[in-house]
Amino acid sequence: MRVLLFGRLGDLAGWRERAFDPPPGTLAALKALIAAADPALGEALGGRGVQATVDRVLVRGEAALAAGAEVAFLPPMSGG
Amino acid sequence: MTVRLTTESFDPGAELSAFCAGRTESGAVASFVGIARGDGGAATALELEAYPGFTEVEIGKMAEAATQRFSLHDVLIVHRHGAIAPGEAIVMVATASAHRREAFEACDYLMDYLKSRAPFWKKEHGPGGSRWVEPTPRDLDDIARWD
Repeated sequence: MRVLLFGRLGDLAGWRERAFDPPPGTLAALKALIAAADPALGEALGGRGVQATVDRVLVRGEAALAAGAEVAFLPPMSGG
Repeated sequence: MTVRLTTESFDPGAELSAFCAGRTESGAVASFVGIARGDGGAATALELEAYPGFTEVEIGKMAEAATQRFSLHDVLIVHRHGAIAPGEAIVMVATASAHRREAFEACDYLMDYLKSRAPFWKKEHGPGGSRWVEPTPRDLDDIARWD
């Protein structure tokens, strides 16, 4: 599965796209995996106004992740 | 209804001509073009990050809501992403309706949405470095007018 980071999250992490194989089965498991490797990023993903999408659809709370899922973490949107 | 993201510069005049062509029932077309400001040298470039496949779908939902709210015949939204130099068009909105009031108001409404809530992440590059920009209090006041 692929994980995408947008805006300041990408700058903080030093990457904007990364593959996770084998994929964690849930969004919470993915966040825990990311936080273990990069605590600052893990904290930022739980920050105010940060939203997640799974396969380009906004999700609230927990979500199951299929092997080919595309997860994105979106900081507050700025408009154009 | 057309929503298009592009990393290339575009010609707002040509877009507007194409949007108006062949209309026999829309008595009004209103349009707006947003241009990247140089701010007297303080801004050397604007970088807009979009999430293709998500950003245009979310904008399309707002365009559909505006179509219902203002009884529009058609909507065109063209939005740049990537690096944008001062003087280049960032965004264009055109709205078509039977009479002018709905076209003006829908254009205003869509621009307030695009400037405050649309899925973009904006970075300004200047002589002093780069910074991520959030909506201004004025942008938020503008969108609140429609609630």
